[in-house]
Amino acid sequence: MSEVIIVILMAMGAALMLLAGIGILRMPDLFTRMHVATKSATLGVGCVLTAVAIFFGDVGVFTRALLVILFFFLTAPVGAHLIGRAGYIVGVPLWEGTKWDELKGKYDHSSHTLNSPKTLKTRVPDPDSPHARDDT
Amino acid sequence: MIFDTGLSSAMEITVNVMMIVLSVALLMAFLRLVKGPTLPDRVVALDLVAAIAVAIFAVYAVVVGQPVFIDAAIVLALIIFLGTVAFARYTERRGRP
Repeated sequence: MSEVIIVILMAMGAALMLLAGIGILRMPDLFTRMHVATKSATLGVGCVLTAVAIFFGDVGVFTRALLVILFFFLTAPVGAHLIGRAGYIVGVPLWEGTKWDELKGKYDHSSHTLNSPKTLKTRVPDPDSPHARDDT
Repeated sequence: MIFDTGLSSAMEITVNVMMIVLSVALLMAFLRLVKGPTLPDRVVALDLVAAIAVAIFAVYAVVVGQPVFIDAAIVLALIIFLGTVAFARYTERRGRP
């Protein structure tokens, strides 16, 4: 019985990993590549490690596998966000078929902070700040 | 069969097919790592290489019947995250892709 679960989980994990590999090779720009690599690879690692934990059936192995899964689920979105933000700020080109760029003009390029129109109105400019804006 | 695990035939086929599929995925991620074209692309590809390596470690632990390989997976996952964060900070500070 447990063997059936292991085989199914492992096949799912391998399929998701292959999907991530195909996606990172085929997708047209950084942001779509990041999207496909982060999500399916995280779920794939989760499936494979769950299968391994069931295979060994031991408390120690189960704890360690759970630790790896938890760590991946915590760090993969954070890392993808950081590298995507850095890529957007330094001007990595978007795909030519991109319809909307919602962040366009919203990054303050001197301080690298994101300003939505609402906070622009309410924020009091600090004259001592090195990044004081002239247009507020 | 590439790996002789001594398990039941269903498990042995699964493990062998998985190793081949994961190797193909690793090769694809590595191709993106070589092709680039920008630094963030390479960092994302390196992240994926590490994730696939963790999965390969986990499957190899099943192949040899040694759960010690999971510890190596923990260490790899930790170090690669630090590398991604460092590369993101560096890219942002450098100011060009």
